[in-house]
Amino acid sequence: MTTTETKVTTQVYRVYIKAAPEAIWDAITKPEWTRKYGYQGIAEYDLRPGGTFRSLAPPEMQAMGMPEVVVDGEVIEADPPRKLVPTAACTRAPAAGADPQQPQDPARDRPGRLTLGVAEALRRQGLRSVRRPTGSDAFRHLYGGRSEQWIRNG
Amino acid sequence: MLDDDLVFKALADPTRRYLLDRLFARDGRTLTELESELEMTRFGVMKHLRVLEDAGLVVTQRSGREKLHFLNPVPIRLIHDRWIDKYTERHVAALADLKYDLEEIA
Repeated sequence: MTTTETKVTTQVYRVYIKAAPEAIWDAITKPEWTRKYGYQGIAEYDLRPGGTFRSLAPPEMQAMGMPEVVVDGEVIEADPPRKLVPTAACTRAPAAGADPQQPQDPARDRPGRLTLGVAEALRRQGLRSVRRPTGSDAFRHLYGGRSEQWIRNG
Repeated sequence: MLDDDLVFKALADPTRRYLLDRLFARDGRTLTELESELEMTRFGVMKHLRVLEDAGLVVTQRSGREKLHFLNPVPIRLIHDRWIDKYTERHVAALADLKYDLEEIA
């Protein structure tokens, strides 16, 4: 298998969770929950279209030189507890020694788009997430590549 | 059948593993695209995709008139987590890396 084929357009991930949709919604959007998962980013959502979405580095990572805001984006759609669509772009500091006059790798800063959908299933529940990166690796950094989920009840 | 049983059953077939390999190489494919890479009838490929979908290893999404197939690695990760925890992860990964490096398939 060659790696030149792995040009990502969209990724769709799904996980079934025995929990109420509201509990899953809270786990995605409340900072005290997001602190526990992935890269432990503290999510700040203004849950309305056009609202801001930011992910903050935990204090211990900031102490190690990470910027406060790691991911910066916009809420496109928020329909609790069913659907959340934010965009996100990485805001990492320029690499050491990088010429500040020169643009960074353009793919890095282009926002990706994430669709988090919660749906109920007869047999089991799932949380579905659709990742539509446009070159941005923001979500890979945020969630280690896991960006869509889907909940169903049963 | 339990969820894990569905996953193991789905993975216990070379054609279905091949289909997952194709989606891993490039995600979001139609049945027609997947079918073109296999010496098998369209109906046969559909049956295999159905088994993969029932196991949660493939998720489909409509895009206009097309039905796209995506690899969903979450069930495989859950199996991974069943026997590999944060204490064993590093040791297991080190041995896997050793194998990849020596066999140059990394």
